[in-house]
Formats: sequence, structure tokens, C-alpha cells
Amino acid sequence: MTTRAGKRKKKRLYLVLTSMTILVLAVGLVMTALEDSISLFLDPSDLAERDIPDGQRIRLGGLVVDGSFNKADDGLTYHFDITDGAETVSVIYKGALPDLFREGQGVVVEGETRNVGPFVATEVLAKHDENYMPKEVIESLKERGVYQETNEEENI
Amino acid sequence: MHKFANPARFLRISKMITPWCFILSALSLCVGLYWGLFIAPEDYQMGSAYRIIFVHVPSSYMSMFCYGFMAVASAVGIIWKHPLADQSARAAAPIGAVFTALALFTGSLWGKPMWGTYWIWDARLTAELVLLFLYFGYMAVWEAIDDRAKAARIAAIVALVGAVNIPIIKFSVDWWNTLHQPASIMKSGGASIHPDMLWPLLISILAFNLYFVTVLLWRIQSLIVRRQIRGLQMRIAEERQNHG
Repeated sequence: MTTRAGKRKKKRLYLVLTSMTILVLAVGLVMTALEDSISLFLDPSDLAERDIPDGQRIRLGGLVVDGSFNKADDGLTYHFDITDGAETVSVIYKGALPDLFREGQGVVVEGETRNVGPFVATEVLAKHDENYMPKEVIESLKERGVYQETNEEENI
Repeated sequence: MHKFANPARFLRISKMITPWCFILSALSLCVGLYWGLFIAPEDYQMGSAYRIIFVHVPSSYMSMFCYGFMAVASAVGIIWKHPLADQSARAAAPIGAVFTALALFTGSLWGKPMWGTYWIWDARLTAELVLLFLYFGYMAVWEAIDDRAKAARIAAIVALVGAVNIPIIKFSVDWWNTLHQPASIMKSGGASIHPDMLWPLLISILAFNLYFVTVLLWRIQSLIVRRQIRGLQMRIAEERQNHG
């Protein structure tokens, strides 16, 4: 290998490295700036803190509060509360619920903001957490009394 | 490194390796999928529906791994000008595109009953869709430009620019709130999948990896041979002109 070719290779190496660094920085800045619009949903705390005008379409995410879920007499309308640990929002929804929907589960609800009354959701999506466990294991853990519901913070 | 960069030697050695890779990948795929789909226990929340992870997780993982390979090969191609590096990157692209499509498709099938929707524009899903388009763009560059050296250079730049998307896909679930669940295997504090489900999943991931190596070697071989044929055709045409 001649030194000239070696020099050119080194030059190309530095060119690739510097352009990649600049690119990563630029994309990083853009994504930090767009953080709010990339995130899928707001927490109930965000909703309480921010002054969001009425009639705006938003997604709200949190855990379904234990014992808050009930079905109206028509059998189609559901009431439940969602919480992020700090704030709680009541939700009313008419429609089909996904398989994973249950109390204690993370959910994402979509609807328009209103200043009075519960949050009216037009769509309810259930989140799955990162835990996979066989039924038998959960049952035996429950029998021995050592089973703990997953940490709320992680679940959101 | 230089030894294997010689296309003739590469052909000889890779032809020896490919059948073994193929056999191993077929075997591990049978073991992984049979174990995962029939023997592994049901999940406590999802029952049998979770079994899609034995296809979904390996294909998602491979969709990113394959792009990483393509980006590294492209960098080697740009800096050291090894034709074999460009050919390797080119050969990997369609395989990666298929893995990406499979990941999106299987995820969507699972999403409808579990989440309640086939598709949502959250960070993870959107970034994975962008990955599919990056593969398409990369392949289109090779088809659109006739000059080989030029095509290789532009395609390599596309591959390198797009590589920024790989960490975005991986960490999207940690950086932003998404509908997609966070990582279950590669995360701090160890995997959060029970070992009875994790083992078949790991075997399935191994199988997908071996399958990738097999098809990749086949495709590189055919690209090299195609190139040799083109060279010969040009020589024949030249000879004819000289004699005629």
C-alpha cells in the first residue's frame, strides 16, 4: 500500500466519523425539541398541570384504578378511573374493550378535553407490560402469598 | 481480512459453509418454534396469544441487526473500497426488508386483540416503519444507478444516514411514552420473561440469525457470479469486435 492511498483512506475514515457525529447530534436535537409530539399520551398529572383548551383531542395514559371499573345498565357504557399515582381522571367510554383491559392494567384513552364531568373516551387501548409469566407460576406465587402486583411506575 | 476479501477465495469458503448454516438454521427453527408454539406454558394474561413473540421478536431483532450489518459493511466499502463489502451490504438489504415487514405484520396481528388496534403512530411502530422505507430506498438506489461504483457510494451513504434510526427504534420505548411495551430481554436487571418461555425464544432468535447468514452468503455468491458473467460477456463482445 502506498502512503498516498493510506492517507486517502484515513481521510475518508475521518470524513465518515465526523459526518456521522454531526448527523447524530442534529437528529438528537430535533428529537429533544419534538419530545412532546413524539410521546403518545399525556399523564393525568400533565392534564392537571397544563392549561389545555376545551375540545382538543388528546390521548391520556395511566393505570385503571382497582375497584373503579363498572358497567352501566345498557351493558355497553363503561366507567373507570385512570391514575398515574398522583392525579386521577374519571373516564366514560362506550364501545368494545380490548382483551388486556382490566383493573390495574395500563391503558391509553383517546377523546376530547372537557372542563366539566368525566373524560369522554372515543377509543380505549390496553398496554401490555414487559412481563411474561406462566399461569401456573403466578398461581403458586399467589398461594404462597409472595405474588406482588407489578410496580405502578413501571407499568405506565 | 484481506484474504477473505478476495472474491474467488470467498466463493470457495462460503460454498463450504452455507449448507451447514442452512441445516443448523432449519434444525434450530424447528426446535425453537415447536418448543415455543406447543410446549412452552401459556402466559398468565394473554393465554396462547403471546406465542406470536416466537416469530415477532426474532424478526424485529433481525430487522435491526441486518441494518447494522449493512451500515458497517457500507462504511468498510466507503473507507477501504472493498467491492466485497459493497456486495455484502447490497445482499443484506432485501433480507432485512422481509424481516421488517414480518415484524410489522406479526405485531399488527397481535395488536388488534390485545391493544385494541392494528396500528398506532407511536414512536416504536413509526420508527420500525421508517426502517422498512430505508431498506426500500437503499435497494432503489442500487437499481436506479447504472454505474456500479457510483451506486455503491450513494447506497452506502443512504445506509449510514439511516443507521441513526437503529438506536431510535431500540430506545424509543424508554425515551418516549409509547403503546408498545418496553424491552423484556435486553434490559437492566435481567430478562422479565420466565425461563420456560425465554429459552425457546432465544433458540428461535438463533435460528433467524443462522437463516440470515445462510441467505446472505447465497445472495453474495450470486452477486459475485453475476458480476463474473457480466465481465465475461463484455470480453466476448470485445473479442468479436476485434475479429470482425
